[in-house]
Amino acid sequence: MTVGEIKNLLDCEVITGEDLLDVEVRTACGSDMMSDVLAFAKTSCALLTGLCNPQVIRTADMMDIVCIIFVRGKKPDEAMIEMAKENNLPILSTGHRMFSACGLLYESGLRGGKMDA
Amino acid sequence: MPNLMELKYQVSNEDFTRAGEASSDVKKKLKQLGVSPDVIRRVAIALYEGEINMVIHAYGGEITVTISEEQITMTLADRGPGIPDIDKAMQAGFSTAPDNVRNLGFGAGMGLPNMKKNSDTIDISTEIGVGTTVVMTINL
Ligand SMILES: Nc1ncnc2c1ncn2[C@@H]1O[C@H](COP(=O)(O)OP(=O)(O)OP(=O)(O)O)[C@@H](O)[C@H]1O
Ligand SMILES: [Mg+2]
Repeated sequence: MTVGEIKNLLDCEVITGEDLLDVEVRTACGSDMMSDVLAFAKTSCALLTGLCNPQVIRTADMMDIVCIIFVRGKKPDEAMIEMAKENNLPILSTGHRMFSACGLLYESGLRGGKMDA
Repeated sequence: MPNLMELKYQVSNEDFTRAGEASSDVKKKLKQLGVSPDVIRRVAIALYEGEINMVIHAYGGEITVTISEEQITMTLADRGPGIPDIDKAMQAGFSTAPDNVRNLGFGAGMGLPNMKKNSDTIDISTEIGVGTTVVMTINL
């Protein structure tokens, strides 16, 4: 799945990264706890979250997350958008709630990746 | 064995939004050096978890990263309350983080186990009321 397909499936507004819609997304992770994201996210992973603070962008940077999707219509501030631009990280915002957003992507074939032993 | 590079960062606990700047910079430098993506990812995760801990559990401190031919060594020295029971702190899920930290997306008690998982060695020395020093190495 690509970032652009996620945008269409979830009716997202593209906050930044209009030029990165072709980027490939292999897995996804939905969490408001960055601790969990740091412990469990896989490579080429999209992050769905309802948490909206600069540490979300930082966590995404550290984990090489390929796309952030803010749920429930959350929107990042200018400073966060700047950070995302520096890291070539596309940010989308959807009106869907977490459960529905995850469900719609799952239904279209996106998975969470294998569990660690 | 001489170090190829040494990086030093002062970490402040005054502005949570800036926590992670050091880790982010280290990641960029390792990329420039051509270090393998897998190693960079492990360094980034371990260091960022440690940096966040310095900010939320202590009063900031200093991060030193040295890079030699064989390994990357990360030393995180904070001025903080110290850790009363290291074995307990290393357990997944153990956290003393207050609600305001949890609202920021941290405090699941996953940081130290994750630092251990991503590094080749981890050594924690701590003194109550003085501070904690975490030394992690990752082999190249
Ligand atoms: N530098 C430190 N100084 C003092 N106490 C610490 C320090 N680092 C960790 N601790 C203690 O160890 C506990 C466990 O740390 P750990 O990083 O595993 O979890 P956390 O920081 O509480 O949550 P998370 O890392 O998931 O956001 C902390 O809650 C805290 O009590
Ligand atoms: Mg922690």
